[in-house]
Amino acid sequence: MTTATATPPPTATPDVEPPRTRAVLLRALALAVAALAVLSVTRVVSGAQDLTSSGTAGAALRLAIPIMLAGLAGLWSERAGVVNIGLEGMMVLGTWCAAYGSLHFGPWAGVLAGILGGAMGGLVHAMATVTFGVDHIVSGVALNLLGPGVARFLSSLLFTGSEGGGVTQSPQVEQPATFTVPWLSDALLSVERRRTFLLSDTAGVLRGLVTDVSWVTVLAVLLIPASIYVLWRTRFGLRLRSCGENPYAAESLGVNVYLYKYLAVVISGGLAGLGGAFLSLVATNIYREAQTGGRGFIGLAAMIFGNWRPGGLALGAGLFGFTDALQLRQGETSVHALFLALAIGLGLFGVWLVVRRRPVAGALSLVLAAGSLALFTLTDTVPAQFTSATPYVTTLLVLALASQRLRMPAADGLIYRKGTAK
Amino acid sequence: MTAAQPPEASASEAAGTRPPAVRLQGITKRFPGVVANYDVDLSVEPGTVHALCGENGAGKSTLMKIIYGMQKPDEGTIEVEGKHVTFHSPSDAIAVGIGMVHQHFKLADNFTVLENVVLGSEPGGPFRLDVEAARRRITEISDRYGLDVDPDPLVQHLGVGDRQRVEILKALYRGARILILDEPTAVLVPQEVDELFAALEELKAEGLTVLFISHKLDEVLRVADRITVIRRGTTVRTVTPAEVSSRQLAELMVGSELPSPQTTESTVTDRPVLTVENLTVRDEDGRALVDDVSFTIHAGEVLGIAGVEGNGQAELVDAIMGIRKAEGRVVLDGDDVSHVSTRHRREAGVAFIPEDRIRQGLLLEAPLWENVVLGHQTSVPNSRAGLIDRRKARAGTSQVVKDYDVRTPSIDVTASALSGGNQQKLIVGREMSGNPRLLLAAHPTRGVDVGAQAAIWDHLRRARAEGLAVLLISADLDELIGLSDSLRVILRGRLVAEADPATVTPEDLGAAMTGAGARTEGAA
Amino acid sequence: MSRLDPRRIGAALVAPVMAFVTAIVLSSVVLLIAGHAPTTAFRSMFDFGTQPDNMVNILNKSAGYYLSALAVAIGFRMNLFNIGVDGQYRLAAMCAAVVGAAVTLPGPLHIALIVLVAVVVGAVWAGIAGALKVYRGVSEVISTIMLNYIGTAIVAFMLTPQVFAELENNIVKTPELDSSAWFPGITTSGGEVYGFIVVSALVGLGYWFLLGRTRFGFDLRATGMSEPAAVASGVDVKRMVVASMLLSGGVAGLVGMPILLGASHSYGQDFPSGMGFTGIAIALLGRNHPIGVGFAAILWGFLDVSNQILDLEGIPKEIVTIMQGIIVLAVVVAYEVVRRWRINAEQRRVAAQLGGPQAPSSPSTSPAGVA
Repeated sequence: MTTATATPPPTATPDVEPPRTRAVLLRALALAVAALAVLSVTRVVSGAQDLTSSGTAGAALRLAIPIMLAGLAGLWSERAGVVNIGLEGMMVLGTWCAAYGSLHFGPWAGVLAGILGGAMGGLVHAMATVTFGVDHIVSGVALNLLGPGVARFLSSLLFTGSEGGGVTQSPQVEQPATFTVPWLSDALLSVERRRTFLLSDTAGVLRGLVTDVSWVTVLAVLLIPASIYVLWRTRFGLRLRSCGENPYAAESLGVNVYLYKYLAVVISGGLAGLGGAFLSLVATNIYREAQTGGRGFIGLAAMIFGNWRPGGLALGAGLFGFTDALQLRQGETSVHALFLALAIGLGLFGVWLVVRRRPVAGALSLVLAAGSLALFTLTDTVPAQFTSATPYVTTLLVLALASQRLRMPAADGLIYRKGTAK
Repeated sequence: MTAAQPPEASASEAAGTRPPAVRLQGITKRFPGVVANYDVDLSVEPGTVHALCGENGAGKSTLMKIIYGMQKPDEGTIEVEGKHVTFHSPSDAIAVGIGMVHQHFKLADNFTVLENVVLGSEPGGPFRLDVEAARRRITEISDRYGLDVDPDPLVQHLGVGDRQRVEILKALYRGARILILDEPTAVLVPQEVDELFAALEELKAEGLTVLFISHKLDEVLRVADRITVIRRGTTVRTVTPAEVSSRQLAELMVGSELPSPQTTESTVTDRPVLTVENLTVRDEDGRALVDDVSFTIHAGEVLGIAGVEGNGQAELVDAIMGIRKAEGRVVLDGDDVSHVSTRHRREAGVAFIPEDRIRQGLLLEAPLWENVVLGHQTSVPNSRAGLIDRRKARAGTSQVVKDYDVRTPSIDVTASALSGGNQQKLIVGREMSGNPRLLLAAHPTRGVDVGAQAAIWDHLRRARAEGLAVLLISADLDELIGLSDSLRVILRGRLVAEADPATVTPEDLGAAMTGAGARTEGAA
Repeated sequence: MSRLDPRRIGAALVAPVMAFVTAIVLSSVVLLIAGHAPTTAFRSMFDFGTQPDNMVNILNKSAGYYLSALAVAIGFRMNLFNIGVDGQYRLAAMCAAVVGAAVTLPGPLHIALIVLVAVVVGAVWAGIAGALKVYRGVSEVISTIMLNYIGTAIVAFMLTPQVFAELENNIVKTPELDSSAWFPGITTSGGEVYGFIVVSALVGLGYWFLLGRTRFGFDLRATGMSEPAAVASGVDVKRMVVASMLLSGGVAGLVGMPILLGASHSYGQDFPSGMGFTGIAIALLGRNHPIGVGFAAILWGFLDVSNQILDLEGIPKEIVTIMQGIIVLAVVVAYEVVRRWRINAEQRRVAAQLGGPQAPSSPSTSPAGVA
């Protein structure tokens, strides 16, 4: 089955059962250590102390979560064969409903409301694509237009007249609780302060992950192993994935393909809604228009980067969150230093690609590494307007380097009609 | 191979004891614009192999989908083992013991064999897939029926014969007692057909009933206990193999005299039109899908290539057309076109009848006249100086429609409104009308009814007499033998055998196609 | 000829009309729930919008909207989704304003230069996405969206006083263009209509001609309908993708020209944004057809202008945004339903005209892969 959307062609890399968990975790750990080493070197050379500070790590986590949730939303939908470009619109509904819910019923009601708001958007997308057979991308684009429109209208009805509220924003809302692991946090802080190579960086990153962390973050992170379990180890997940691989095969075995697609897309909307709720309740304490800032699309990029698997997706989201955090904090020095880290990272990656007999991608990587190094040495800082584009440039780079070796579900984007099998 | 049982004996045995495994009465099914089945009556005795014969488009597949619950009949009744049933989905059919092995396998490439088999009937609870129990049961069934199926590999790595056995196992896993096989031998070579028939004997011995759909009459006569002929959507007669010959059966299917594809005199000249030298096509991992292939086709010659699907034929044709990158040389009438674009190859006189007409041959949502321009949009009369000449293109289309008997009310209807046979006629007409020097014809009469098939053979023969060189790829061995001047066999991307169409038999070809050792006459 | 077959035109109109009616109905429901009277709302909108000076505003808005929709439609016809028209037109307008303010040339040449810069910048910006798709397999949906944000950042950088802009009355903008670069307007009783609207119409004509009458257009449409069939027919798909994106981006570059050359004469922080996304909606509504898109652009302009009156009636004018969103969603659903119905009807008609049932072909004809 080939797809109707314009996304990368499938390759020979097979999508096997999730490999032994222990091997995966070891590989992830090795990658983490390598990344920390590169950043540590960069910090020492460039003097950008904020690269691996606990503040940055905490911010990175906070910024990664909505991207990760959007990516997870995209994953659930595409695994069932429905492309969901409308994540942005669903996230917006999530931001609005969460703010409203928190305002009137408390923060956790807000979270629930956000999920429901996004799920409603998902339901609309499901109806258009599954029942009416509309092209998936067109429906998604329509939702991205409708979502903010609805939010704006509801704001004009319900937020104007309240203190601090208006058409483009809500009054301040109550946030869900956060937690800090006290003794660990302080211990890590002292290690971080010492600024030793690699150790302090590790301490900084770890401290950011245990300080002032919202319970919603914990919920979101837990959704990753939960998704892996449900999609790959339960009957529900097998049937859902079969709809994305070969819906006609599933149909011939009595699986109700329409039902599973609906469920997948509504769950997808709910996850996007949760991402939106995070934005208006945790990352900030207010609903604001255009708050999502393209995270729905960056989430899709994270999903592609992760090869449609939750683990890889989390990694991608972390990467995007990190670059986003850097530019928000001491943007000018940190992003500048990032050029050096990028040069080292791309250089190593390029060498690895060439060794793996992929000369074109490898050469591209090395060229970009050289360019990055040049940018680092020739400039002092990066103007503020450019730093805000960091996550988007990162997304483009990641996709440009990684896109071609990925394998999406075989029937992704296919417009399925019951009874039309050959 | 079994000798056919005397019909009277088995009928009287069965009549007194068990009701028919499946009984259809008065089944009618309509689709927009066409009646697929009309007043079909069918009675299948338990523990037998019952064949359903008909030509392409006669309504066999639709009937099977109705029995399997994938379509609902507009009129008529279905009885399974004497009990009246109504199916709303395949689950209902599976529940009463009907299993289906589809002609186009319904397997998810990215899933393992195990995942494909258990989908929809998974062991374990809603919260945990019991993979071990599934593996045990699959191995048990595989051993019991001699299917030799391994549950762990990804389906994408399996060959055609293995995939078919997975499909059979899928049905048995769900406790099927009645097995429907839809054109099971379409993709098998004679040796694999023998293996399949042996497996069917095993199933029969265990008391299962097999409903076998095919248009390959010699096989049907070999394996079936009873044969029902279906023509234009309705049942014609039910016979036993002892009562009919292959020829009589064919006439029942078609209702008239059979055309034969035999070509008589040779029109082969010594002027080479297409020369292929050391052509190699590799996949992403570097494996050769077409491996160092060389041959020459002369003007007035039809070179047929026989081979089981998936041995490189599609890639070979794509490479000669310039759609796929290849190593080696392609020379057209003395000009080296190895690095020339598809468009320029077409302009140089290469015509192409693709294997998958919907995918590569037609723009379904465009009107007929635009479909005739397709592939010829840079040549007169369709275009000049970058502009499309609508008037001339439409005139040309009307001509094609007339010459090739394409049944359509106008040239403005969209291609999707035509039947498969008329679509194919349109494509053949379009490709031939450009006065090509070389025609690449892949399965040119696939899915086409007998009348249209004969017409297409006529056109090919006429063009050949006028000097056209043809590369013919077909799964229909009779078509290959009948139309070709020379014959080659392709296996795993290499040309492994040469044969003389005048003397070779389908069995010889089949042996060469699977590499099972060649007899002296048919092999190189 | 059957081009003007009333049945065909009727079928083509059914979907947008259905969509519009659905939008009105649903919006009325929403208004009622919010405690407002729909009839008052729609009537005041209509009265307001048909006043001469507002009609001028509508035409002026639609000049840019039409171009935006055409840019998107070029992509759509090839099954490419150029969501980046927004970034392309703003970057193009910015660069054009900067270059235009830096030179002095006689009138027509000056305008031509500005337009040329805009077209080139828009084309290049879209071309990046095209190249990424062809050479690295990156989905143009995501890359054009990313380029939107990056383009915004670049424009923001250029729009600072230290770089290309100057501060004037609390608004940062580029230096004003010489009067030689002011595109003459068309004076009517309601006000001045942008002269550039003529260019917009000409671009629409060119779009129709290119897609319907040239070989390039045939190749483009064929690729959009079925890529494998186009490849087998000799189309070089990679070149087509890049060419289409360049063309789409070039037209996108023109989107800001009516306003730049006809009204603001400079690029400032208050330059309209979001016209790229409006173009997507209008292209969907107009079904990529040059005349349909024209009507849709005017409709959209009407909705944009007439909603201002709602404030005075105490009705939240954001209801119009919802209307617009519903129209888009409803129209794509309606088009799909109508398309399917039409194919079935055509199959039935062909069978009837040929006299009785033929050898059955596939019951459904979704191009997504049935034999």
